[in-house]
Amino acid sequence: MKDGPTRDAYGQALVELGADDPRIVVLDAGVSDSSRSKKFGDKYPERFFNMGIAEADMVCTAAGLATTGKIAFATGFSCFLLGRSMDQILVSIAYSNTNVKLVGTHTGLAVGEDGPSAQMIVDMAYMRAMPNMIVIQPADWEETVQATRALIDYEGPAYFRLGRPKVKAIFDSSYKFEIGKGRVVKKGSDLVIFATGIMVQESLVAMEMLEKENINVTLVNISTLKPIDRELVIEMATSHKAVITAEDHNYIGGLGDAVGEVLLDAQISKSFKRIAVRDQFAETGTGPELFEKYGLSANHIAQAVKDSLRPA
Amino acid sequence: MNGSQLTTPDITQLKKTALELRRLALKIIFQAGSGHPGGSFSATDLMTALFFGGILNYDANNPKDPKRDRFLLSKGHASGIYYSVLAKAGYISESDLDSYRKINSERFLSGHAHPKTPGVEIASGSLGQGLSVGHGIAMGTRLDGYDSKVYVILGDGELQEGQIWEAAMSADKFKSNNLVAIVDYNKVAQDNITKDLKDLEPLEDKWNAFNWDVHRIDGHNMEAIMKVLQLPLHPEKPRVIIADTIKGKGVSFMEGKTAWHGVAPSAEDYEKALKELV
Repeated sequence: MKDGPTRDAYGQALVELGADDPRIVVLDAGVSDSSRSKKFGDKYPERFFNMGIAEADMVCTAAGLATTGKIAFATGFSCFLLGRSMDQILVSIAYSNTNVKLVGTHTGLAVGEDGPSAQMIVDMAYMRAMPNMIVIQPADWEETVQATRALIDYEGPAYFRLGRPKVKAIFDSSYKFEIGKGRVVKKGSDLVIFATGIMVQESLVAMEMLEKENINVTLVNISTLKPIDRELVIEMATSHKAVITAEDHNYIGGLGDAVGEVLLDAQISKSFKRIAVRDQFAETGTGPELFEKYGLSANHIAQAVKDSLRPA
Repeated sequence: MNGSQLTTPDITQLKKTALELRRLALKIIFQAGSGHPGGSFSATDLMTALFFGGILNYDANNPKDPKRDRFLLSKGHASGIYYSVLAKAGYISESDLDSYRKINSERFLSGHAHPKTPGVEIASGSLGQGLSVGHGIAMGTRLDGYDSKVYVILGDGELQEGQIWEAAMSADKFKSNNLVAIVDYNKVAQDNITKDLKDLEPLEDKWNAFNWDVHRIDGHNMEAIMKVLQLPLHPEKPRVIIADTIKGKGVSFMEGKTAWHGVAPSAEDYEKALKELV
């Protein structure tokens, strides 16, 4: 079990996986020290392309490399990696169905002090809306390493959402990540929380607080946002009285919508609350401060659980 | 056919082929009832030389050969001429062209090309992306140890997209001398002449400033086209060929007209045009 930022786990996984697989190439847009792709670049300089601060050029270059049989990891701060190149991603990657992995680090309010222009809260909405694109956000170090490996085996476009701050270990090495599969992290009763990314850790803190009041809920990790694990969502929603989703992202287009769509399609009617950014830009401050002020902290999750379970 | 085996291209034959391709492109645009004749005709001579003058190394029966040279039409709206060339080269059949821009097109002959069509490397339709993609291919084939070349045809209006200049900087940084950009400088964009829309000049100076190996030719002079395409690669610089062309070249009433950017000819205009394309 290992604690640490998911971006660090990604950087290390690339170095290890790159040793055996010459198809792996990595591109960055001038932030390789922060995105951790530099580790790969230091080890395999001939397969690392720092394209400078030019994300649109980078993602199309990655698409070109992919057409020659490479597995291209285009890495950068999510805000700019996606924000500067939506059209390029749509045409040269999603529509062309090229084997490019878009790796966006520094996501959500967890980014903190750099402010709203650096806090990516719309990326899952962007990427979920694109045909051919899958969306994965790992919860911890172990899952990041395994998901990086799975992305190499998966042929097609993908968005990999990583975070800046250190997160606690959720899984040990017995965990088996699979694209499209959620995982029950902790089994409780009454209510199920579907969480993704850093919010899995935050939910566990909330659950510890709730356990002191004898409230035991279920926590499910949804690391593949698209295609979402419909079966597990339906099974869990059906077997609990209430549903909460938790994500460090705007409440439009992310996990809440992904889970909600499954429930609507399956005509499952449950108490449903979304822990997410409430369609607003935040401000500067530390990640934990922003989580508290903008409704994402363990306190907010615990309160939402209690509100959901309160008799009508 | 393997283009590289044609060592002494017959200029007269190439001119004949170009004429045949213009007629074919106009036919399929007419049949489709929509399309882009102007930009197809300005690029016709350049594409004819690349595919049928022994420049591009390709095998239509093995379109995914990793050692092949690549061709990218970044100005994807000129699909009328692109598919005509692909049919002539043997990637698709001439009868496939009947489904151009039609629903359920078996070869996916969309208004802008997509790699589902044999011979097409990447999707187009959004200007400004092809040079970056081509550069990625150039880097990938080099990594594999192949000496493949990558040719990318750009529109002149397309050079107004900032991403072109991002790619220009990248290809210089990585010394990608196996990348050849060809600017189809037909001076006319969709709603205006390029100069008034946003002037590109001084264009040679711009590419020189980005440290490219710059050549300028008459893009309808087959001898000049062949001569520049046969030059050995620069030892380290990527190459740009600025080809002065005429939008709608070959049909007098289409030449230099914005009006013929994106419309199909009427039956009457089609007949008139065919009489000129002989």
